[in-house]
Amino acid sequence: MEKIVRIESPTLVLPQDDIDTDQIMPARYLTTTTKEGLGDAIFADWRYDADGRPIPDFPLNQPGAKDCKILVTGNNFGCGSSREHAPWGLVDFGFRAVISTQIADIFRNNALKNGLVPVVVDSETHAWLLANPGARLAVDVEQRRLELPDGRSVPFPLDGFSRLCLMEGIDQLGYLLKHEDAIRRFEETRPWQP
Amino acid sequence: MSGRTLFDKVWDEHIVVPESEDAPAIFYIDLHLIHEVTTPQAFSLLRERGLEVRRPDLHLATMDHSTPTVPVSSLADLDVVAEPQAAGQIRAMIDNCRDFGIELHGFDSEYRGIVHVIGPELGATQPGKTIVCGDSHSSTHGAFGAIAFGIGSTEVGHVLATQCLLQRKPQRMAVTIDGRLTAGVSAKDVILALIGEIGVDGGTGYAIEYRGSTIRALNMEQRMTICNMTIEAGARIGMIAPDDTTIDYLAGRPRAPQGDAWDAAVARWRALPSDPDAVFDREVSLDVSGLEPMVTFGTNPGMVIPISGRIPDHGDDVSFRKALEYMGLQAGQPMLGTPVDMVFVGSCTNSRMTDLRRVAELLRGRRVADSLSMLIVPGSQSVKHQAEAEGLHEIFIAAGAEWRESGCSMCLGMNGDVVPPGKLCVSTSNRNFEGRQGVGARTVLASPETAVASAIAGRIADPRELLAA
Ligand code: SF4
Repeated sequence: MEKIVRIESPTLVLPQDDIDTDQIMPARYLTTTTKEGLGDAIFADWRYDADGRPIPDFPLNQPGAKDCKILVTGNNFGCGSSREHAPWGLVDFGFRAVISTQIADIFRNNALKNGLVPVVVDSETHAWLLANPGARLAVDVEQRRLELPDGRSVPFPLDGFSRLCLMEGIDQLGYLLKHEDAIRRFEETRPWQP
Repeated sequence: MSGRTLFDKVWDEHIVVPESEDAPAIFYIDLHLIHEVTTPQAFSLLRERGLEVRRPDLHLATMDHSTPTVPVSSLADLDVVAEPQAAGQIRAMIDNCRDFGIELHGFDSEYRGIVHVIGPELGATQPGKTIVCGDSHSSTHGAFGAIAFGIGSTEVGHVLATQCLLQRKPQRMAVTIDGRLTAGVSAKDVILALIGEIGVDGGTGYAIEYRGSTIRALNMEQRMTICNMTIEAGARIGMIAPDDTTIDYLAGRPRAPQGDAWDAAVARWRALPSDPDAVFDREVSLDVSGLEPMVTFGTNPGMVIPISGRIPDHGDDVSFRKALEYMGLQAGQPMLGTPVDMVFVGSCTNSRMTDLRRVAELLRGRRVADSLSMLIVPGSQSVKHQAEAEGLHEIFIAAGAEWRESGCSMCLGMNGDVVPPGKLCVSTSNRNFEGRQGVGARTVLASPETAVASAIAGRIADPRELLAA
């Protein structure tokens, strides 16, 4: 997995609250058996008209959108389903971090496994970010801080293991497989069998 | 030291390596449910790395999400009724299960159905187990006192290869629900009311335990309706302590323990309920004695009102305005009387025998309004056969509703069963997100009772009026 230590980029802002996984990745794109090309499907119902043409006003369709690695959204992002197609699509489009006031648990887990940094900020910082689309920020994974262009530096929560996995590009399956002995011992000694 | 909660007891028993500041716990999974949509990439990963499925006996597979609800008797049929990509996904499921030795309930199985319906039906879902599935409504299985939650495809790969997940312990929340439900009000209304109360992110970071007299009085299928929508309140896990109702439900089911093993299991299950002095991180209580049927008006399940209420006014809140615009509704207007184009009874929230019997009771001798279409999709093939044995399908068909094979169907509109753009559907499913039931589809979440009353009236209607009639 790609190592992520620090992301510097202008932001792309989608101000809607409660953006759910059905909006990030509509169900009709879930019949794929691979991960390829999902970046074209994110926010499809907002991004394309009935004939599949890009709607020019929509932020993802504007020039320079592909260069934005940081997505800023309204309150409470990623609620809904466990479809990992949502973070796959966001990463495929080019995002490496998403910022909101709250990020749903399952989405957060999935994001961290795909090199998408979930950044939760206080409402004051959030309001500033919403009001300043395109601001150049740095998401510093190592320091667990968000750096704003006016020099402010805001901490964000990220547990040590997730931080390490992002910074070292650690593959969590490899980590689990190394504990094979402990897993076998657990299976052999548990008081009842499922 | 204070006592332990139901959640703590099950959690502690599944720790392979405890969590530390530097690393999450390695957490053992007793049952992994799999379906066609969130697994192909996980199996590909196993193949790429030359890994085996560690414990094929602890996985159970079915097909439900992109699977057609019109009869499919052979794989050749599938190509006629399904989109090529969906058919490809179903084929991949069949191949993957065969290659890795996993039990699959496919087209030839009488147990095929929605993954969260068949686990309990088979008796595979049991108190004290840890259960995961690449689907967020895995919380359904918590109704039995299991820790059950949804995972992504990468984690599906972790469970296939190691039977474990990396997890940090969530906080504990107790939701106490008391009061007697009045006629025409059901479990679906209770959970909608709770989500309205605590919000769609009210449970984020928590494992919920539902308790109180209302919960104890519900049967297992109604309890599943409650736990099912836990994720709509933001919590991944929603549990109910096992009791006689749980044990009676499981007795004799194909995958339930038998003989001495049954007695041992029951003894274990009896010890699971939270200790009287157990401490929760947050406590919420809800009195449902005066509860009315609930309906949603917006584009998330927290945007919900009692059926006699009016849509609230949130002034210039952008997201709120956008939701009403999408729904074609206005602040201050009542939901009652809103014209309805379609009615869907189904999904892992409300597609079991309790629901279908209720629907039949209310539909008997009545007709669905000419102006709308009604689709009734059983949660599993077993439910379908049971409903047919009781003659319920005849009532549905006589009333003018369509009766299908089991599957997720119009809950997420992946298999071709969709609500057309701009049409309003009263649905017994769990999500009213923009586009959930099809591009531009407008969803009103409600109980099966409200769905039937609305189907008959052609507009959103109060089921209590049907009872009075
Ligand atoms: S019925 Fe709906 S919510 Fe339930 S598993 Fe299927 S798609 Fe998910």
